[in-house]
Order: sequence, then structure tokens, then C-alpha cells
Amino acid sequence: MKPARQDIEIILEQYPRHPQHLINLLQDVQAEYSYISAEHLTLICDHVGVPVTQAWSVATFYKSFSLEPRGEHEIKVCLGTTCHLKGGQRLVEACERNLGVARGQTTDDLKFTLDTVKCVGACALAPVVMVDEDYLGEANMVILKKRLEQV
Amino acid sequence: MQRLTNTAELKVLRDNLLQAQDPHRPIVRVCRGPGCLAVGADKVSQAFQSAIQSQNLEVKVQPLVKDTGCHGFCSQGPLVNLAPANLCYVRVKPEDVEEIVQTTLVKGAVVERLLYSDNGTRYKSAADIPFYRMQQKIILQNIGVIDPLDIHDAIMAGAYHSLAKALIEMSPDDVIRTVEISGLRGRGGGGFPTGYKWKRTVENARENPGPVYIIANGEEGDPGAFMDRAIMEGDPHAVIEGMAIGAYAMGVNQGFLYVRHEYPIAIRHLAAAIAQARALGLLGKNILGAGFDFDLQINRGAGAYVCGEETAIIASLEGRVGEPVTRPPYPSQQGLWGRPTVINNVETWANVPHIIDHGAQWYADLGAPRSTGTKIFSLVGKVKNTGLVEVPMGISLGALVEEIGGGVPGQGRFKAVQTGGPSGGIIPYELKEEFTDYHFHPPDVKPADKMELSVDFDSMAQTGSIMGGGGMIVMDDHDCVVDLARYFLRFLEEESCGKCLPCRLGLKGMLEFLNNFSQGKGAPADIDALESLGKALVDGSLCGLGRTAPNPVLTSIRYFRDEYLAHIVDHHCPAGVCRDLITYRIDPEICNGCTLCAQTCPQVCITGANQQLHTIDQDACIRCGACMDVCPVDAVVVD
Amino acid sequence: MSSSENPQNQVISFTIDGQPVQARPGWTILETARHYRIHIPTLCFHPALKPWGSCRLCVVEARYGKRGKVMPSCLNPPIEELEVFTDSERVLNVRRWVLEMLLAGCPASREIKKLAAAYGVTSTRFAVTDPEEECLRCGRCVAVCNEVVGVQALTFGSRGVKKVLETPYRVPNNACIGCGCCVSVCPTGALQKRLDTVRGDLSRRTGHGYAH
Ligand SMILES: Cc1cc2nc3c(=O)[nH]c(=O)nc-3n(C[C@H](O)[C@H](O)[C@H](O)COP(=O)(O)O)c2cc1C
Ligand code: SF4
Ligand code: FES
Ligand code: FES
Ligand code: FES
Repeated sequence: MKPARQDIEIILEQYPRHPQHLINLLQDVQAEYSYISAEHLTLICDHVGVPVTQAWSVATFYKSFSLEPRGEHEIKVCLGTTCHLKGGQRLVEACERNLGVARGQTTDDLKFTLDTVKCVGACALAPVVMVDEDYLGEANMVILKKRLEQV
Repeated sequence: MQRLTNTAELKVLRDNLLQAQDPHRPIVRVCRGPGCLAVGADKVSQAFQSAIQSQNLEVKVQPLVKDTGCHGFCSQGPLVNLAPANLCYVRVKPEDVEEIVQTTLVKGAVVERLLYSDNGTRYKSAADIPFYRMQQKIILQNIGVIDPLDIHDAIMAGAYHSLAKALIEMSPDDVIRTVEISGLRGRGGGGFPTGYKWKRTVENARENPGPVYIIANGEEGDPGAFMDRAIMEGDPHAVIEGMAIGAYAMGVNQGFLYVRHEYPIAIRHLAAAIAQARALGLLGKNILGAGFDFDLQINRGAGAYVCGEETAIIASLEGRVGEPVTRPPYPSQQGLWGRPTVINNVETWANVPHIIDHGAQWYADLGAPRSTGTKIFSLVGKVKNTGLVEVPMGISLGALVEEIGGGVPGQGRFKAVQTGGPSGGIIPYELKEEFTDYHFHPPDVKPADKMELSVDFDSMAQTGSIMGGGGMIVMDDHDCVVDLARYFLRFLEEESCGKCLPCRLGLKGMLEFLNNFSQGKGAPADIDALESLGKALVDGSLCGLGRTAPNPVLTSIRYFRDEYLAHIVDHHCPAGVCRDLITYRIDPEICNGCTLCAQTCPQVCITGANQQLHTIDQDACIRCGACMDVCPVDAVVVD
Repeated sequence: MSSSENPQNQVISFTIDGQPVQARPGWTILETARHYRIHIPTLCFHPALKPWGSCRLCVVEARYGKRGKVMPSCLNPPIEELEVFTDSERVLNVRRWVLEMLLAGCPASREIKKLAAAYGVTSTRFAVTDPEEECLRCGRCVAVCNEVVGVQALTFGSRGVKKVLETPYRVPNNACIGCGCCVSVCPTGALQKRLDTVRGDLSRRTGHGYAH
């Protein structure tokens, strides 16, 4: 069970009312709720005093924000240069086939979101997959499947 | 923690801490860098903690277990280093911990099987391992040694000593002059002289009084580089101290650390370090009683490579989309909130304390004449020893890859080196003589006959590549340059902000050419068209992203035109990578009929009974490579 | 940039395509060229707006001593003794490629076809994704709504090749006051077609003030 979600008000109050905190707030809301809902986006805009259009362009520009709920667990396949050379591409495709979703998407049961990242800094062990906060080095589909069964 | 009110108190604190230390006390340093974490370093560290607790080791050997940043030799992880003997244990598993405790900590003997060995030699001391021996560690010297979460450990290693020196012995102008004379050039890729940038900023601020800001660029977007990450995770105080010195020199009261959100550990360590530095009075109001105020704030990047570009960082800090704007005005004229702003790379900041400590001349004597000091590279790809290396500038590329990196493993042949990431180029192993401008070799390395290219800003730029942030990816003959160039274009197409047309449309257009090539389509004249389009991006784009984006393509055409022609004319990918030009085949000599491939194939196009030879139906095969990845005996071959 | 004398009286002398010209302080190369009726093509520049520099059609080659640099004329002020070339090989290379790619990017735009033809670009080697597209994301509409009208009813969403002109959640924005400035500054007429995706319910407008 996840701990109860922090109230949006508490997150907002951590930052002064200034446009410079827009991105920080979006990040905290994203981390807490796994996505940014329309209602939260409006609350954030009111708090930092920017038009919704600005928040919209920011939320769609940066890759770490999602406007739709994401899965309970995140699988991030590294597609940095080294991982690419060592077969990262084949690994994502295998994941796509196995989970039945394209990269960037979430499984229907909201259990997994499949995504790619550009280098997680463990190139020495390419290809690398991250399952939530854990790294899997020298990964392949067999290792990854085993790991996914555990979560 | 007691707040330090003057520089003398810092010295007293350091002396007291050093005195309290028992030089004979064993220290176990477990690497918790990203590479080692990926292979289970946290379990090793836990195993040490619990083994030591449960065994209630005698007072005599009360070992100190430290979780440290990256030890550098990532391909051998998890790494454990034991002081005082400087023993380096490699590939340590939690099960090995008991033996290490019993043998090494209790009896003082060595666990031979965990030592690094190569060509039959076992290396007892880390200092003897060729990978480490040829390096010159200045920025890395504390990384992997100190506990990044304990400011006392950093202070014992000398942290903030240079800040104190700057505050009491030097005027702000002295500091700037020292940095200028040292010849330090920006480590973020461009190699802009740091001291000059500082000087200009101060001049601009004098003309136009008001606040000045400094920013550490920790975005590290190059997808294959992790030097800045290692610094921020392993020695966060080096960055903080460098920034504090810079702030003193430029009269800055507020600094920002812009760190990629993919680096949560770096963010955590920096935040802890800032809090501890504040508690000690090394940040905040009236630092060390010198009447100088400076504080730092961490901002997380939000997933955009272009936010490594200076004007985009500023936009991002101001809460806007990371779209670059034209320069001039430069940030040193009008940066954050319209005020003069200095942006330096994390590694650049980490160099500053060393320059202040040892002096400008000492630094200027390191490395090559116009590229002073050392540089950290993340040496990865098809090379035996992968990890972080710090070498003096001007070392030959050959020495770096062959001697420190140990060359290409297995059957592969060393083909090229990619530096500078998406903005850099592909430098061939057989580089023409015109570039062999050669300055330096570590004393006991005899010059290699190839790759004598000197690794410094200017020589690298001559090849059409750039020094870049420090990513160095070694390629062998199983890596295709067309595919790698295509990979970088795809990366940049995704990361371009899309503001200006040459970059937004041009990357898509270049990619169309390369997609055709990788399918064996196109005509030789298309290679020239692609080159011309690349030049249009270089000249036409707004920011550095678009202006450097064609580099991987342009350098690969310059050095590997034959390989392009092989794709287009012969419809053949010499490296066996481009999917539309290869076939997978099962070697009847090797296949043992284990059926794994047939079970994995998504097309179900592999047939063969248990214990019998398997074959691939070429018409149904989509060349996904899944069979090759699962085959336990490597019977799947690429033609 | 600092000068002790009254800057209003100073002029900057330089050449464009060999012709001696003089710029007032604050003028860009483009403004100077226009003053002398020297043609430089533009798409994103609009005299009422801050130059944004997205189309890069206005590039010129500026030589100073031995160094030559290709730069957008709408953003760069001239300096004394600069030699500017509006039609050098490097300039034409950028312009032709941008135009050829625009033919594929905005295949429905007649303005762009005309402009491309003027540079001898009549066909494109690149793939057309949307045959109806006219918008080149030059940013004029966003800028006018923000800088001049002061409403910020429309913006760009996403980035890179996916960059698109839109309103939050892609629903008409009630902040829009229906002034039509965006339509009038659009260089290709693309906004005319999509005005209804921006303009909200006229009776529920929340914008400050009304143009008409
Ligand atoms: C597209 C692009 C990406 C960049 N990414 C980084 C980066 O990840 N890290 C970095 O330090 N500098 C990066 N830079 C360089 C910075 O813009 C800037 O030059 C640098 O931080 C200046 O610091 P330095 O003088 O210490 O190198 C990037 C530049 C461009 C154009
Ligand atoms: S060059 Fe690319 S990243 Fe830079 S401003 Fe233009 S579109 Fe954006
Ligand atoms: S490339 Fe995958 S971890 Fe660096
Ligand atoms: S991560 Fe442990 S050595 Fe680099
Ligand atoms: S008119 Fe100058 S960039 Fe568009």
C-alpha cells in the first residue's frame, strides 16, 4: 500500500507565490500523484500566478510530466548511446511485445508504465533497465521478466 | 554542529577531526555509484553493516564502513576498497562479505580470489592496477574515498580550505586573475575560458549595478556520460566550494544548481551537503565571519536535453519552457531575470578549489599548453575497462583507450571513438597524420602508433568532433557508423525544442536520408545532399543544439564514406547492424537444440525439435534479434 | 555597448552587398536593409513584435576581418565596418534547404510555394506528413496575443517535431477575446482555418477587455 497522498495544498504552500516555482511545483505534484490533472494544473497556475497557457506549454514541453495517470511501477529502458550499441533497442521492443504497450504507455491494469530514458549513468553495465528506483545491469528479457514477477 | 565564525575555527575543526582519527583503523569503502548499484552494491553494503554488528568485532578492529561515490572502475563492480592497505576487491557479492570480514578485517590477510586480475597478474593495491595507475586524479581524488553525506569527512580531506584561503588571503579580483592565469576552460563542452567569462560578468555588473547570479550546469544530457553525476554524488562539497569561491569573486549572493531529475541520488547528496554546509556557516549569512553572504538552491531539470544550453537553463529557472534565445545578449550581460549570470559546468566549478589551493601556475603546468588541467571521461562502449577516468589533457587518445581502457575486448577490432555525444563526432582509429598533434604521454607509456591524437580542446575540434562533456564511446567493427549517426539524430529530433526551422525540420530531414541509407536505399549523390543539409543546420540554427547536431553525420561521412556507400550501393551493412540489410541464421555447428529461441521468437518462425537443429524462416523473420539475445551458446549469427 | 556621447546622434556605417549603409543605434541589420529597400526574405519577423528568430530565412553572412558568420538579420545589430552579404552561397544554402523542407512541412501554403519558387525551389525530397498543413510554427500569433493583446489565449504545446499551436487541453479558450490579431499576423493564413479551435464561447469570455 502506498501512503496516503499528500494534500495538494500542502505541496503548494511549500513554495512562495512566484512564477519561478512553476516547474518545481509541477514536479512535486507529478511525483505525488503520478500525473498532473487539469484541476491541479489550474491550482498551480493560481498559486504561482501564471496563465494556464504557460503551464500547459511547460507541462507538454518537458518529458518528465504526464497529463495522464501513470502505472504503479515504471519500467525505464535505457536508450543512451552505450545501451543502444549493446542492444537497448531490441530490449525495448521485447518489452513492448511482452507488455503489449508501446513505449510511453501504461498497461490497461495501470500496473506498469513502459518508458525509455537517455542514460542513467550506469553505461558500464549496458544495457540497463530501471524498475522504479532499482537498476538492472546487463539486462535481458529473461532477467527483466523475473524482476517483474517480483513486484 | 557548531557554526564556524572564522577561518581559524575551520582549521581547528579539521585538525581536531584528523587527530581523533586512528590511522590504523580499517576502513571499508563500498562503492555506491550507479554502476555498482546496478549490480547490487547496496546489498553488499548492508551485508557489511550487519556482519560487523552481529560479530561484535573486537574493539581493536572497529572497522568503519563508508558508502562512497563511484570508484571509477565500474565494469568490475560492485567494488570494495579496504584501507589502509588500499586493497581493491572486485565483483563482490553479499555472500563474500563474511569472508572479507573474517580474513581481511580480523586476520589482516587478503582474499585472493576477489582481487582484480588480468593476464595472470593479481593486483593487491588499487594503485598498481593499470586502469588506475595511468590516471591523474585531482577532481576524482576524493570521490570514492569520502562519505558524501558527511561534511566532516570532506573537511578532513581538505574541503572548504580553499574557500577560507580565498576569503582571507585574496581579494575578489585576485581570485578571478588566478582562475584566468590557470587557463581553466569550461568543461561543459565548449571550452570557453572560465576566468575571462567571470571577468566580463563582473565588468557588466559594474556598469549596471544589481545582483549577479551563478549557476552550476548539472544537466549532463549527453546520453553516455556520467562524470558530472559522479562528482555531484561522490563529492558534492567540491561543487559547493567552487561555487562559493566564484560567488566571492563575483560578488554573488545567490547561486543555483541545475541538476537533471534522472539523478535523484545526486540531488539528495547535494541537498544534504548544502544543509550541512549551512549549519557550519560555510553557506548562508556572513560565511566564516568574512562578511560575505552566499546561498545555494537546487533546481531539478525536467527532462529536456536542450536545457543544458545556457539560455534554456535560464528560461527553465524562470519557470518557462526551455527554449533557447539568441545570443547576444550573452548570459554574462543579461541572464537570469535580466541580470549578469555565470553558468559553468559542474566539473568546471569543482576545479576551482584546486586552483585556489595550489595556485594558478601549478594548474597551468598540468595538461597541455592551451588546454590546462585534467579532464574526466566516461570511457564506455566496446572497451575492456569501462568507467570513469581522469587524465591530464593532451594525453593521446590511443593511450586512453588502449592502455587505460585495456583495448577492445574479445574478437572485435577497434574502429572508432565517439566523443562529445550528440554534438560531437566519430573519430576513426586510423586517423590521418594531419591531426597527430601530440603533447603528452604518461611517463611509462610508450607511444602507440595509432590514435596519437592529443586529447585537448583544439585538437579534438580539428577532427570535426568536440571534446564535449567527457563521454567517450569506443566502437568496434560490430558497430555501424550509419546506425550511430542515425541514433544521435533520432535522439536530437526528440530533444530539439522545435523553435527554429533548420533544426526542427532539418533533423527530421536528415533522419529521412539516414533511414533510407540504413535500408539500402538512396544514391551516392544523396550523401553529398546530406552533407549540404548538415551545413545548412550548422549555419542556420539558433542554438548550439542545432548548430552542432550534424557533427556525428558530418564526421562519419568524412571518415567513413565507404561505409555509407556499402549501404547504398551494395545494400550491405558491414557491421551487421542495420536491420533491413541483415539476416539472422542459426549456426548448425553450434546449436544444441535447447528450444529457447523458438520459445522466444515473437513471430514463431523458428522451427526445430528438442535437441535438434533449429532453423529460422527468413520470410517471416522480422529481425528483432530476440533469438540472438536468449541463445545460451551464441549459435545465432548475423549475416 | 556603452558610449559616452549622445547615442541618438551616432550612426553605424557598414555595407550590405557592397552598398554603404548607415544604421541608427538600435536598428537591426534587417531594419537597416529595409530602410534602404534591400530585400531580405522573412517569415517570422513582424514589425509590431519582438523578433523571435524562428524561421531563419532572414539569414545573412556577416564578415568582419577574416571571420564570416551566418546570422539572422532580424536579431542582430550591425557593427561598424561590418560587411553583410544577403545572397552568399552559405546564405542561399540555408535558405534553399529551409524552403525545400517547408514545402514538405506546409504543403498547403501558397505563400510558401511562392517564396520557394523565388529561390528556385519547386519540389521537395522530403516526406509530407499532412497535406493540409499550412502552419510553420513561426510564433507570430502566440507573440501578438501575448505581447500586444496581452491575453495569452494560445501557445505552443509539446516540443521538437511535435510542436503544435494549441490551447490548454486543446479546447477553445475562453480567455480569447476574439480580436483576430492572430489571424491578421499569420504569414500563411493557417490561423484562419483554426480560429474556432482557439476562440471560446463568446458569451463566456473571461478575458480582460474587449477589442470589439
Ligand atoms: C544543446 C546543448 C546541450 C548542452 N548540455 C550541457 C550539459 O549537459 N552540461 C553542461 O555542463 N553543459 C552543456 N552545454 C553547454 C552549456 O551551454 C554551457 O556552455 C556550459 O554549461 C558552460 O559551462 P562551462 O564554460 O563551464 O563549460 C550544452 C550546450 C548545448 C548547446
Ligand atoms: S537549434 Fe533546435 S533546439 Fe536550438 S532553438 Fe532551434 S529548434 Fe530549438
Ligand atoms: S547508456 Fe544506458 S546507462 Fe548510460
Ligand atoms: S559505480 Fe562503482 S566503480 Fe563506478
Ligand atoms: S525573420 Fe529572422 S528568423 Fe524569421
